[in-house]
Amino acid sequence: MTLPQILIFVVFALLVALLRRGPGRIQAVQRLELIRWLLLAGSVLAIYWMQPSLPVRYLDFWLPTATLGLAVLVWAATRERRENNEKMSLHEPDARVVFTRLSASKQSTGWGLLRRLRRLAMTLHLRTGENLWAATVLAIIVLLVGLMRYLPDPACCLTSTRPPDLWKIIAAVGIIGLTAYGLAKVSPSRRSIPQLVTLLLIGVFIVLKTEPLAQAAAAGLRALSGQSTRLASALDIRWLGFSYIAFRLIHTLRDRLTGKLPDLSLREFITYIIFFPAFTAGPIDRVQRFTQDLRKLEPLDISPGGQRILLGIFKKFALADSLALIALNAAHVEQVKSGLWLWVLLYAYALRIYFDFSGYTDIAIGLGKLMGFKLPENFERPYLKPNLTTFWNSWHITLAQWFRAYFFNPLTRAMRSGPRKYPLWLVVLTGQLSTMLLIGLWHGITWNFAAWGLWHGVGLFIHSRWTEATRARLASLTAQPQRWLSIAGTLLTFHYVVLGWVWFALPTIELSWKAFGKLFGG
Amino acid sequence: MKDPRFVRNVLIKALVLFIAANVLFAFTNPLPALGRLSAYNGLFRGRLRLPYGDRPDLAYNLSLFNLDAMFASHEIASGRKPADEFRVVLVGDSSTWGFLLRPEDTLSTLLDARGLVTPSGKQVRVFNLGYPTMSLTKDLLMLNRALRYQPDLILWLVTLESFPASKQLTSPIVQHNPQEIRELIAASNLRLEANSPEFVNLTRWDQTLVGQRRAIADWFRLQLYGTLWSATGVDQYYPEKYDPPQRDLTDEEAFYGLEPPVLNESDLAFDVLGAGVKLAGDVPVLFVNEPIYLSNGQNSDIRYNFYYPRWIYDQYRQAMRLRAEANGWLYLDVWDLVPAGEFTNSAIHLTPAGENLLAEQIARTIMTLINPR
Repeated sequence: MTLPQILIFVVFALLVALLRRGPGRIQAVQRLELIRWLLLAGSVLAIYWMQPSLPVRYLDFWLPTATLGLAVLVWAATRERRENNEKMSLHEPDARVVFTRLSASKQSTGWGLLRRLRRLAMTLHLRTGENLWAATVLAIIVLLVGLMRYLPDPACCLTSTRPPDLWKIIAAVGIIGLTAYGLAKVSPSRRSIPQLVTLLLIGVFIVLKTEPLAQAAAAGLRALSGQSTRLASALDIRWLGFSYIAFRLIHTLRDRLTGKLPDLSLREFITYIIFFPAFTAGPIDRVQRFTQDLRKLEPLDISPGGQRILLGIFKKFALADSLALIALNAAHVEQVKSGLWLWVLLYAYALRIYFDFSGYTDIAIGLGKLMGFKLPENFERPYLKPNLTTFWNSWHITLAQWFRAYFFNPLTRAMRSGPRKYPLWLVVLTGQLSTMLLIGLWHGITWNFAAWGLWHGVGLFIHSRWTEATRARLASLTAQPQRWLSIAGTLLTFHYVVLGWVWFALPTIELSWKAFGKLFGG
Repeated sequence: MKDPRFVRNVLIKALVLFIAANVLFAFTNPLPALGRLSAYNGLFRGRLRLPYGDRPDLAYNLSLFNLDAMFASHEIASGRKPADEFRVVLVGDSSTWGFLLRPEDTLSTLLDARGLVTPSGKQVRVFNLGYPTMSLTKDLLMLNRALRYQPDLILWLVTLESFPASKQLTSPIVQHNPQEIRELIAASNLRLEANSPEFVNLTRWDQTLVGQRRAIADWFRLQLYGTLWSATGVDQYYPEKYDPPQRDLTDEEAFYGLEPPVLNESDLAFDVLGAGVKLAGDVPVLFVNEPIYLSNGQNSDIRYNFYYPRWIYDQYRQAMRLRAEANGWLYLDVWDLVPAGEFTNSAIHLTPAGENLLAEQIARTIMTLINPR
């Protein structure tokens, strides 16, 4: 998010806040409806607006469209469960009522079309008028964004570059609609559909995060758009927000399989997936919590949200961006003249990454607060934690929680409840190493991110063993030694994390070893 | 939601404070004072050459227009001049600054490394106050500033490219310091237009906090880059490849609109040199005509290099010599000292070996000056 974008988002959020507060003449239900439509439309427009320009022609239009397409498909793939789960459903007016009313209005023009739409909607399980409207609104917005290609400069365009021809957009919308239709038709009785969609998402994720694969995909896209494949680069496909969208989608697919997914309208589902404050950098909210905020209309205080945004802007644009000028990078390792200076650059990197990420989170949480959403916290003073376990409970909290819920817990549960009994230490070691490895690879599939993940996995394991071994002895200590131990633990943890950033910041293992050598006087 | 009046009051107060801060900034102009506030020569070591660079992320250096900040970041501002120091300052263009040269290979460092000592036992210490962009008026601006640091000798390296009267005010550092240049014009009666439109004159709005945000950011970035300068000793981006000086030349004989066969000396800014000598007062100024690349390619009978047609360069050298003799200026002409293979990417930028040749020659001249016997 850039500063002008944040400013526009703040204005939008204030508009939503104003609606929440409510001009007297509008009824509460109408206001809530209006807010929900605004959030959907605003978020859809925002993802097109925020997507940076890309060297592959029209890709800055197609990627946000693909985001919407994926969200619609996942929604269609997760419909059946909720229909069977009546107790979780919302009290929406039945589509039949809506359609009957529409039919009764006897608008002769388009009567046949309406009937066909109704049939399609019923097949697509668009049981409510809201869902039909949401699908229509989504399609219209996508078409409108596409239509901006015909506007003269500077009115063109919302996207970074001119969108593709309209017929291509109509075709894409049609393909998404038909695929959703197909999914909705086959998914009700098949658990394999959510699993397949999950695999598809993971597959896309792997392609995007693995440089040779991303480069090959870029070459394919360049060929499709009639561009030279010779210049293809992994950076050609910078799909804004995909890492976070994938987590939210997998979360809903997984919860659908376990029956924890509440009944969601298309509008709610899409708004959750692409909610603009959290679109680019999280936090990764849970759909169950998010929809509670989406469905309620409470008066709110805008001051905390405003303060949080200002704090985030200061962290990101004043602190992080300044520290970025001197934060460790690959060139520094070769250039720096002494280990002491390398430590300074490494500390700058550690602080920069914290202020950058937590600044963005503050802005997202602040924007959410302005609009009445309590997005979850992502950082709670992580560098001041006395051990690595508490560090990971306070650093990128929602990501760690996601992995805990959908990977660590199922894995360790399976290891402990399976026919073969593994020793506890092995269960913990396997769980922590594999979880942290995956968290590392989530940032990019490289040896260095893997090393960073393993570094933390090993650290967490050592800490858990240390805690186990010393628990009784430490409990018997008086307050003063405990305090000193806590200070020492904080320093040790901080430096363990800081050293871990060496893997994270540098592109190769060789360079990382070289940096370690210099840091320790080699 | 809190009382809307509370929000309104917060917004009004913020607006009032914002306006007040801007007005105060515009009327007090704290930028020079801010410039003198420097992390260099304290937290970080002083820079060996003035800040300049258009690739800050790679050079750990940047171009800015705040002369106070620039000089405060230089090692020359590190403190009082030691009693046993014979201070030599270099002014000149990118060649003197050391384009494409590491700090240890610049002329000032090479002269320093020679460990020259005066007959009275003072250590000769050389400071690089060269600055890229070619204009004698820009050099005069730097010389004027250099005088604040008590030099014992000034070496002013010049080349014809800095002389055309028409380009004296084209250097951005000159354009952005109009007040100081106007004072120099007035003090030395220079043949320059004090109200030239080339000067960047700030409106009151430009002088506000908002208007000066770029200048403030530049000052701040300069301080931050002190970390990387101290950590790495890098202050310039060194591309892996660059084009060597052009060997085959056009047959164009015009030079900044001047046509052969006769040079009208009033078209060159010789008066700026005289102004420099006058400003320096008792401090001797040694003019050095820089080495240039001598091409032997196509049309080299018409031009020496990309910059210079032969007819004007020859007449310029003669004019320099005659003026030096007439005015009693110290003058060293080393135009053909460096072989063609010791130039990097232009007709005046030297390799370390070329710089060494120049340093050797200049060192001998310095010793002659400070020890005439």
